Amino acid sequence: MRPGLETETTRYLRARARFGPLEILFWVVAFSTIWLLPTRHLILTETVIWGLFALSLDLILGYAGIISLGHAAFFGVGAYAAGLLAKYELINEPSLALLASALAAAALGFATSFLVLRGSDLTRLMVTLGVSLVCFELANRYGDITGGADGLQGVTVAPIFGLYRFDMFGHVAYIYCLVVLFILFMLARRIVNSPFGLSLKAIKGNPLRSAAVGIAVNWRLVAVYTLSAGYAGVAGALLAQTQAFASLSMLSLERSADVLLILIIGGTGYLYGGILGALIYRLLQDYLSDLTARYWQFWIGLLLVAIVIIGRDRIGRWIAPVVRFASQLGRRPAPAKVATPEKGG
Amino acid sequence: MLTILFDGVAYGMLLFVLACGLSVTLGLMNFVNLAHGSFAMAGGYITVIVVNRLGVPFALGLVLAFLLTAVIGAVLERTLYVHVYAKSHLDQVLFTIGLVFMSVAGVDYFMGSSQQFVQIPAALQGQFDVFGVGVGRYRLLIIVVCGLLTVALQFCLMGTRFGSRLRAAVDDQRVARGLGINVGAVFGITFAVGSGLAGLGGALGAEILGLDPTFPLKYMIYFLIVVTVGGTSSITGPFLASILLGLADVAGKYYFPSLGAFVIYTIMIIVLIWRPQGLFSRATAR
Repeated sequence: MRPGLETETTRYLRARARFGPLEILFWVVAFSTIWLLPTRHLILTETVIWGLFALSLDLILGYAGIISLGHAAFFGVGAYAAGLLAKYELINEPSLALLASALAAAALGFATSFLVLRGSDLTRLMVTLGVSLVCFELANRYGDITGGADGLQGVTVAPIFGLYRFDMFGHVAYIYCLVVLFILFMLARRIVNSPFGLSLKAIKGNPLRSAAVGIAVNWRLVAVYTLSAGYAGVAGALLAQTQAFASLSMLSLERSADVLLILIIGGTGYLYGGILGALIYRLLQDYLSDLTARYWQFWIGLLLVAIVIIGRDRIGRWIAPVVRFASQLGRRPAPAKVATPEKGG
Repeated sequence: MLTILFDGVAYGMLLFVLACGLSVTLGLMNFVNLAHGSFAMAGGYITVIVVNRLGVPFALGLVLAFLLTAVIGAVLERTLYVHVYAKSHLDQVLFTIGLVFMSVAGVDYFMGSSQQFVQIPAALQGQFDVFGVGVGRYRLLIIVVCGLLTVALQFCLMGTRFGSRLRAAVDDQRVARGLGINVGAVFGITFAVGSGLAGLGGALGAEILGLDPTFPLKYMIYFLIVVTVGGTSSITGPFLASILLGLADVAGKYYFPSLGAFVIYTIMIIVLIWRPQGLFSRATAR
């Protein structure tokens, strides 16, 4: 950036991109769990994966306003890709396999993004749902490759970088997932705080006007949808690698609905929502299934209904002052992390 | 061949009765109700309870399924749905998925997760031959009942005062309000009737579609296909769409059992891309 071009916009973007004390605290706490909670690593691994998956949905829902009811398609494709790569020893090194799985999911995302461009919310809902159902049927149909209803078995995952072998307590797996989440989170954070991210918010606000001020609406949406699909693919691949298993449930409608719920619990449009939502969801799930083993879904449903009836923006308003207060504890005035209430999802 | 045609039409008719309520609510209030299948399931379980446990005749069980589901629909509409109409589509999706989760778990809790069967009177079981074509009695009943309902619905919509109010409200809600039509009341009644029809469909279809707590999730996509392919501006669009879907599904399962539901989903995506407004709807300015 040449010095003369320090405009209001770049100043704004830089202010947004600054790290607040809460954010730093968040990641310090997250990484300290490696030493502080060694007995909970299995459950935390799952939480991290859900968090990454919800983060991927936040990219399209919170920033571009695309409602998807079929995001599990990319999660499942990533999972199956990672599982197959490991099973047939095509790419042994897990982090490379992760990259390959992300590319596979992103390719599907790119191909189907053109279907999502057109139409209203309902059409998008149906198309995303349809794509995930087609993937589900394909995985079910080609059982000789995917293992069908029994799931993909016999997956053995090689050590990471040839050095760190996955242990049965899940310590290595947890550190691996957490590092991947951290890297991808920082990447996403960089992206949404760039002019590109800002243009996505504009498109979400009003596609017609954004087109009028010269934003290439369709290509931006294609780009973010592809990116989001890649992220979801990584989440799926992580699950497949840490569990050495891939199953049809990773492609199911329930998974798409669950990830939407997780994101909504945590809040959309500020990236941390997915991770916080995954944490709350896991705790709730544990608590509720202790309470009523088979019927915890009822309470999740009730929670959803309650969230909508109370109003998501109102909940956001309750939390916002807390966050703002915490941010002001630091010297520099950091931007509020909870986004302003979103109208029109 | 003809048997497949017959079964397909019966299946399609059933889908129409199940989904027509959804198409009207979607068209009228632009409300995405994913919980429509829950009403169908409620109708099915009501029939199971009153026919199997209380010994009520099957025909009366169907009527009860319609009435009770309509009452449930009306109550929910007035208490909960009303607050969600003005919200975004995302909120509507979340809200109705929440209702689906609740209904699935609730039914599981009270009725168990196993498949339920309605005791059908002996006179309706079996099949008879017409010119060498096997005609299932129960499927014939479905075609007759659903056919009559379709005609009645078409008459209500086109021939009565309520129908013209409803059509006016669907076409342009604001102008309809301006003309003194109580859109909220029209919608409440329509929602109740739509839910009742779904309940009736669920009761009739328990034999063919199966009835277990996951019913709303399993058939949600079918209802949505009917509505999106058929469009929401008329009743004939969804009707044709359901018949087509029924035929395609039955024929697909018979001729290409290995492909499963793959064909239908692909067709749906193509139709949505080709004509986002629905296959049988006139282009509207909205």
